Amino acid sequence: MKNIKINYMKNTFLLAIVMLVNVSCERDMSDEATLSTFSKNGDVFIDTFSAGLGYGAFGGSNYTAFTVDTEVKYQGSASMRFDVPSEGDPRGAYAGGVFIDGSGRNLTDYDALTFWVKGSQAATLNEVGFGTDFGLNKYNVKMQNVPIDTNWKKIIIPIPDASKLIQEKGMFWYSEGAENGLGYTFWIDNVKYEKLGTIAHAQPKIMDGLNSTQQAYIGTSISITGLTDTFNMPNGINQTISIAPSYFTYTSSDPSVGIVSETGVVKILASGTTVITASLSGTNAVGSLIINSLGVFTSATTPTRPASNVISLFSDSYPNVPVDFFNGYWGGQSTLTSLFSININNNIDNIQSYTSLNYVGIQTQNPPINASTMGFLHLDILPRSVATTNFTIKIRDRGANGNIDSDNNGNATLDDKEISYIIPANQLIVGNWKPIDIPLTGNILNQKNNLALIVFIGNNNFFLDNLYYYKN
Amino acid sequence: MILKCIKLCTISILFIAIVGCSTDEKQTVTTMTQLVKQDEFDVDGAPDNSMWNIETGIGPNNDGWGNNEKEYYTGRPQNIKIEGGVLKITALKESYMGKGYTSARITSKGKFEQKYGRFEARIKMPWGKGIWPAFWMLGANSSTVSWPQCGEIDIMEYLGNNPTSFFGTVHGPGYAGSNSISKIFNLTNDRFDTDYHIFGIEWGEDYINYYVDDILYNQITPAKVPGEWVFNQPFYIILNLAVGGNLPGDPNSETTFPQTMLVDYVRVYQ
Repeated sequence: MKNIKINYMKNTFLLAIVMLVNVSCERDMSDEATLSTFSKNGDVFIDTFSAGLGYGAFGGSNYTAFTVDTEVKYQGSASMRFDVPSEGDPRGAYAGGVFIDGSGRNLTDYDALTFWVKGSQAATLNEVGFGTDFGLNKYNVKMQNVPIDTNWKKIIIPIPDASKLIQEKGMFWYSEGAENGLGYTFWIDNVKYEKLGTIAHAQPKIMDGLNSTQQAYIGTSISITGLTDTFNMPNGINQTISIAPSYFTYTSSDPSVGIVSETGVVKILASGTTVITASLSGTNAVGSLIINSLGVFTSATTPTRPASNVISLFSDSYPNVPVDFFNGYWGGQSTLTSLFSININNNIDNIQSYTSLNYVGIQTQNPPINASTMGFLHLDILPRSVATTNFTIKIRDRGANGNIDSDNNGNATLDDKEISYIIPANQLIVGNWKPIDIPLTGNILNQKNNLALIVFIGNNNFFLDNLYYYKN
Repeated sequence: MILKCIKLCTISILFIAIVGCSTDEKQTVTTMTQLVKQDEFDVDGAPDNSMWNIETGIGPNNDGWGNNEKEYYTGRPQNIKIEGGVLKITALKESYMGKGYTSARITSKGKFEQKYGRFEARIKMPWGKGIWPAFWMLGANSSTVSWPQCGEIDIMEYLGNNPTSFFGTVHGPGYAGSNSISKIFNLTNDRFDTDYHIFGIEWGEDYINYYVDDILYNQITPAKVPGEWVFNQPFYIILNLAVGGNLPGDPNSETTFPQTMLVDYVRVYQ
């Protein structure tokens, strides 16, 4: 379990901050004279917390993972010790936290964050970096999968553009899970910002260096992803780090079609094509985002049936029952799903977007749906690519035993009942919403009180909206 | 307590030594100041053929110039040209005459050869694993006297995966190849592929002084070589950019191409 995914924007700052000073200090950034007042101290932790530094653990982590160790140290009198919990440790699933200077520091004179590290065993540190401040994390930097061993070793995290770090609060952060399920200990010492002068040839990338094409509609927003910077380090090895969108300067080839914010979000304004490119400190980033805006989005017809006649799984017109998932990501499956929110005159239309369909399931097990008084399943499908096979919809009742029982071909067995409804491929026209109403008859006519699964089988890309059971 | 005292004393002594060094008079790096030959690479186009020969191919013995190098040297402008006041020797990754890379190599053999003097060049390095530029000299008798008897003075060799260091070397009879007499210079808080640096030797009877920028970092004399001193005769200059081979190893997936060695000038003083 090495793949801990953490959304730092959602993390709560739960542990008390030690020695935090001047938290409320807000200065006018437009006045250059005040910039020099932020500390230029590059030391983070040498033998103790540097002035102004505090520590906070990530939510869900073991809050007691970090201690100061005076026995094991690289130099001086103390190091930082991190005890990574084993899998299943009730105190927390991983070790992770942030060292913050609440006032912020001016790091513009430096080109790297460096520290020394060793482990009680050889291990791979999941993530280390700086720029996480439990705020906007505007200039976050993340170095992933850092190999460590039982000897002290110097780690260098390059700063992509130090000129932006005029008041950086996030001095250092880390996140590490168990190795092969087992906890261990690592130590970090002499954490400091340095001007090394030996890091060169920055190669920034957006969209992971690819020229990526995406369709969009007016009113939607697309985030630029895959943001990295790769440096040639003093040992001749290339080091790639993941970096926050605000390090880049963006250009839209047609700003009338789409404009890019400082945080790398493209807002679609008109139909047409625009190509988003970026640069970092004057170096052009590899990769681009090509946006084909299809213009005004036409929503599916708004349902008019009274809510009392409807059990809705997904619709903006009705309260929705709990859905376990809109994509179970089963083995052998190519289908991807994302929630697509389109702003139409400040009304948000939520849509499930399915791409690369082969098969996909929507599960309602918790609880199953009792549709014994309902007569139909309704859904609206907007084909976004040409289907060359028929589009099949399966509705499954799981029966009384509480399990979805399937044979090796995915068909209902034991007490499960299922119907299949087929839409011929030639009835799916790209760009035209197709309302579909499926009678709850056949195998499930007399067993539809534990409906647990809706499956789509086909080979196109489509939007889904207004998925609900109803009676007339 | 005694241990502590010794430690403190040592620190004090070191401190004094460092201070003593830094307050010393400026190091005398070079003494020869009469310019006798120069190429400032100020005329766009091919290298001046009154001073330089362009050597092409994979070496006289078809063995990658004796080093198992992976490039094919050409005289094409994409591999060698003067542009904007600098000589550009560029290594390309391309299939050419059975090799996977092309690059270039020039020598002053038969056109400029000299015994003794101060030879220096101002160079900005390329970078990456397998990239091996050099500014060096061979004895003018190299066609008739086999290597290493002819002598070789490497003013600068650099490996692209060690961007903070280069080395200066002599090869002669009994001290060639892996037994050559060499010294590595490490740059502090800087690297050789981000800006120009001056690499030179000042060479006289029975000595070769090696310097970089304003630092004299080595002196090689007959007492330091375990064989015949073969450096009291004329030598010629070579500039080349090799790719791969026994010394640097071959380029890897992180090596980006093209890579260019930029030479601002070559100057020779007496």
